Amino acid sequence: MVTEDSDTRIVTPRRLGGRIPLILLSVAALVFPWVFEDAHTQHVLIMIFIYGLMALGWNIIAGYCGQISLGQAIFFGIGAYSTSFLFANFGITPWIGMLFGVAVSLVVAVGIGLPTLRLRGHYFAIATLVIGEITQTIFINWEYVGGATGIWIPIVWDNPWYAFQFHDSKIPTYYIGLAFLTGGLAFTYWMERSKLGLYFRAIRDEPDAASSLGVDLGRYKLLAFMIAATFASLAGSQFAQYILVIDPDTVFPLLLSILIVLMTMLGGLGQIWGPVVGAAVLLPISEATRIYFGGQGGAEDLMIYGFLIVIISVFYPRGLFGLMERLIKRRDNAGS
Amino acid sequence: MTREIIIQALISGLLMGFIYALVAAGLSLIFGLMEIVNFAHGEFMMLSMYTTFWLYTLFGLDPLLSIPICIVLLFVIGVVTHYGIIRHILDAPMLVQITATFGLAIFLRSLAQFLWSADYQVIDDPIVSGRIEIWGIYLGLPQVVASAGCLLAFGFLYYFVNRTETGIALQATAQDREAAGLMGIQTNRMFALGWGIGASCVGVAGALISSYYMVFPDVGIIFALLAYVTVAMGGFGSLIGALIAGIAIGLIEAAGAILVSPAFKYGIIFLCYLAVVLLRPKGLFGRF
Repeated sequence: MVTEDSDTRIVTPRRLGGRIPLILLSVAALVFPWVFEDAHTQHVLIMIFIYGLMALGWNIIAGYCGQISLGQAIFFGIGAYSTSFLFANFGITPWIGMLFGVAVSLVVAVGIGLPTLRLRGHYFAIATLVIGEITQTIFINWEYVGGATGIWIPIVWDNPWYAFQFHDSKIPTYYIGLAFLTGGLAFTYWMERSKLGLYFRAIRDEPDAASSLGVDLGRYKLLAFMIAATFASLAGSQFAQYILVIDPDTVFPLLLSILIVLMTMLGGLGQIWGPVVGAAVLLPISEATRIYFGGQGGAEDLMIYGFLIVIISVFYPRGLFGLMERLIKRRDNAGS
Repeated sequence: MTREIIIQALISGLLMGFIYALVAAGLSLIFGLMEIVNFAHGEFMMLSMYTTFWLYTLFGLDPLLSIPICIVLLFVIGVVTHYGIIRHILDAPMLVQITATFGLAIFLRSLAQFLWSADYQVIDDPIVSGRIEIWGIYLGLPQVVASAGCLLAFGFLYYFVNRTETGIALQATAQDREAAGLMGIQTNRMFALGWGIGASCVGVAGALISSYYMVFPDVGIIFALLAYVTVAMGGFGSLIGALIAGIAIGLIEAAGAILVSPAFKYGIIFLCYLAVVLLRPKGLFGRF
């Protein structure tokens, strides 16, 4: 049984700044790759965009609608495999592959969601978790799509926009990632203010009351699940086109599903910007430790993630946004 | 495929089932007590296995002899986890409870990798080794001993929970926290005890299986996954449910491996989990 208290209510973004910071942030994001030209910094930003998009989707099913899915990697993987497979085998442009991935993800989301979204609490969480494991096993053993070795996307030098591969510069990938992330943010912003967002929150906070007032629980939960699947699938496609080598262990692991959860929790669950803030904090940590410790697979970044997330869960369950809001409130109180 | 192979596989599955049952019992006890799923359960088991491995490697202590040490150590880890983390999130939303224990799991797993590397370690020469033959069926002696040990530990746990005063107090706390508190039971201490005992269960299981199972940082993941499935199948909070579901899962795993393919043996178990929770959402023996 999920019990929510007033602590998780939605903070309107106006409280945390208003329009001017948003405009400044947009300008900064647009000029960033021209100011910071080194490939490594741009790489970190691209990863933030990709993971941030996936986390935005998870925020909708879990943060707004209260259904804790631990299997988002399923859709990330489907997105990654769709573009890679269609391009590597049939030369179909990844842009079409991306749409195909979304279509497959939606079908799979309905297939998974219809039976499992009826389950409550831990039963749903563990169901999505084991379905994620099953999916990974299927792909490891599915020789037609490359089995355990996965897919190497053929390198193409001419016509980069058709092939969705940019070898001269990371800037196109950067802007594509930024565009998708902005789209995800805009969707969340719209959804939060629409009737849909209201229904989602009602299902999260008071499912019985929502149901008795005529909200079709099954239908709206499924819709939230499909939205989350779409975001994850789009992120997966971009990931595949950026990394160009995918295998089941990189795009379907349980750890990926969990990382998305951690990012959102860190930033602030059920907050528009929460997932992006979380990604923007965690991914640079990951990169920094990799450089500092020399990337011998020592898992230092995960050690810090794990530690951070325990602290956040225990002491600041509303994430960095909750913390920020508390500080602002304290400042306001001191001022008056 | 001969009859012997099938019987042999099923008996191995049964033996594995007793181990799954004990691991699941620890998880189930904690859940029954406070409705929190410990997602770090597998990592506790991993710590017990590493403890056994290092005691053997550094001091030559046999896995069997390190069982008491693992019980005590894991009990302490469980109690510390309760006072350090769980106590603060008892009334928090479910997601917070999930991420807190998942965070702990990731932390412990990567700590183990950091300290002891991702390499697979084995205890190469335990006291109990070799195999025995009963009516043409060969069984590894370490497996037999580990399963018997787990079954014995399960028996102790069952006796403790149902027949001792402290055990009854645990059950009372599980049924109604407030009423138990009014009866003079110190519920917070009961929670700590529950975590201690729950962790000790994997302490026993980890020490026993490390005499024949590889020890590595991620070793707990599959045991924990199977434990979630076992607990959900048997019904959250039910010890007998955990035993029966544990045995069932051991048998399904063995049957799946020989009848379908070893690659899909866990997938088949997970499908069974889905079938059970979709048809009977509170599990076979569930109270919730």
